[in-house]
Amino acid sequence: MKVAKALVLPVALLILWEVAMRMSGIQSDSLAPPSQIAVAFYNAMLDGTIPWRTAETLRAALTGLAIGAGCGLIVSILLGLIPPVARLMQFSIEVLRPVPAVALIPVAILTLGFGYAMEVSLVAFATFWPVLIYGHAAITNIEPQLLDVSRVLRLSGLGRVTKIVLPATLPRYFVAFRLATAVSLIVAVTVEIAANPLGIGYELMTASQSLHPDLMFALVLWIGLVGWGLNGALLFAQRRLFGPAGMAEIAR
Amino acid sequence: MQCAANTKNQGCETGYCMINVAPLPRADAAVPLIAFHGVSHMFGNRPVLQDINLTINKSEFVCMVGPSGCGKTTMLRMVGGLQTPATGEVTFAGKRVAGPAREISFMFQDYSKALLPWRTAAGNVSLALEANGVPTGQRAARIKDLLGKVGLANHADHFPVQLSGGMQQRVQIARCLAQEPSVLLMDEPFGALDAMTRQALQDEILRIIQASRTTVVFVTHDLEEAIYLGDRVVALYPNPGRIAQVFDVDLPKPRNQLTTRESPSFLRLRRALFDFIREGEA
Repeated sequence: MKVAKALVLPVALLILWEVAMRMSGIQSDSLAPPSQIAVAFYNAMLDGTIPWRTAETLRAALTGLAIGAGCGLIVSILLGLIPPVARLMQFSIEVLRPVPAVALIPVAILTLGFGYAMEVSLVAFATFWPVLIYGHAAITNIEPQLLDVSRVLRLSGLGRVTKIVLPATLPRYFVAFRLATAVSLIVAVTVEIAANPLGIGYELMTASQSLHPDLMFALVLWIGLVGWGLNGALLFAQRRLFGPAGMAEIAR
Repeated sequence: MQCAANTKNQGCETGYCMINVAPLPRADAAVPLIAFHGVSHMFGNRPVLQDINLTINKSEFVCMVGPSGCGKTTMLRMVGGLQTPATGEVTFAGKRVAGPAREISFMFQDYSKALLPWRTAAGNVSLALEANGVPTGQRAARIKDLLGKVGLANHADHFPVQLSGGMQQRVQIARCLAQEPSVLLMDEPFGALDAMTRQALQDEILRIIQASRTTVVFVTHDLEEAIYLGDRVVALYPNPGRIAQVFDVDLPKPRNQLTTRESPSFLRLRRALFDFIREGEA
């Protein structure tokens, strides 16, 4: 019932679009009726274009995410637990963080050339910041008394991180990771559209330039579905991992 | 006129003992276990402690009372190794306290922030065992024993949010005991509990430490609680924190919530402490 309600509006719009295109008899290089988009999607799925290109994009996005988020996690722990490191790095972080990842595309092309390496490094750059900033905030927000407890019990440095700091901040880190995942897909597709001959973004650009609006729209919808699926999978994991307590922690 | 029989009687004119700084050791414990030597401390420009000299003997129960800002929690944190004094030093068994030690355990006031919310009662007790390197195989039995000691045998699998305030504080007691400490530092541990729970826990702590002969330093706002629990009550003046007087409590043990609190000595001490605190505020 809920699903049916949610589908009323998009389905009605699609029918309207289809009917309008057929009634007016437009022959267009920039628009395509939903039926043609569906056919183009079906064909591109069948001949392997979409699965293959999706695999390329996800490979670059997820590799970059792993590197960026991993570094963000480690650096945020260092910043959070060793104040001199935070003071040392604060200026550099504030200067580098506002640089849009897209602005580094020319730099990456010049230094790394086309291919996975440049796309991965740009995704890593872009996903490093949200994890670093949210993670650092999460660590500085840990209840100070919990850190006193770890001192009084004489937990080792490693014990303090694994038994107090990480469990206390894990829900917040997971939110940061979800944000970074969305960023990774955006940056990967942007890099592909702008320069890199790889992935869904490149296929999308090619479809647009070769006047194939049906395939172009099919790919745009597909990217939306991929992003939605990724976020859904992470939300599901979040509920499974942290349960109601973890979700409450996030709300706080 | 009643004075503690085993202390020197200087300053004992008014029916209770007033011994200024650094009282002499008691007969049952020749070596001071904890000692403050000329300790002063500042928070920024604000002096919080000024020239504190105090010795605490083994197996003694010392209560510290005083208004907010008298530095009693800071003194406790110094013994616990959580804070280093700016001048002077704090010693434990003759050695300077440089950091937290296994023999000294610290019980925090705010139980909701001192327990790990993602661990069960048993898991929270286990934390102390893990920190002390107790082998995995021995932990379960130790945890069961400790939780039984504080009356939580049936709540091992409950998370802190599922326990009442008193129960959470019992978990904290069990976690402190897991360290097998010779000194227990308690920072207003029962301040947030209702009166009935507080009295139950007062008796519980007396019973537990009597068996193990643990030394206790207990910070509280509650003068009656200080007299009821303590062998000595250290009263502090605020701004900056100074030791004003040390009262000896010569009430018989074991203490009883009704008879002890009704005994003339208790009432006399209570009167003296109340008068004293009022003077300090004036």
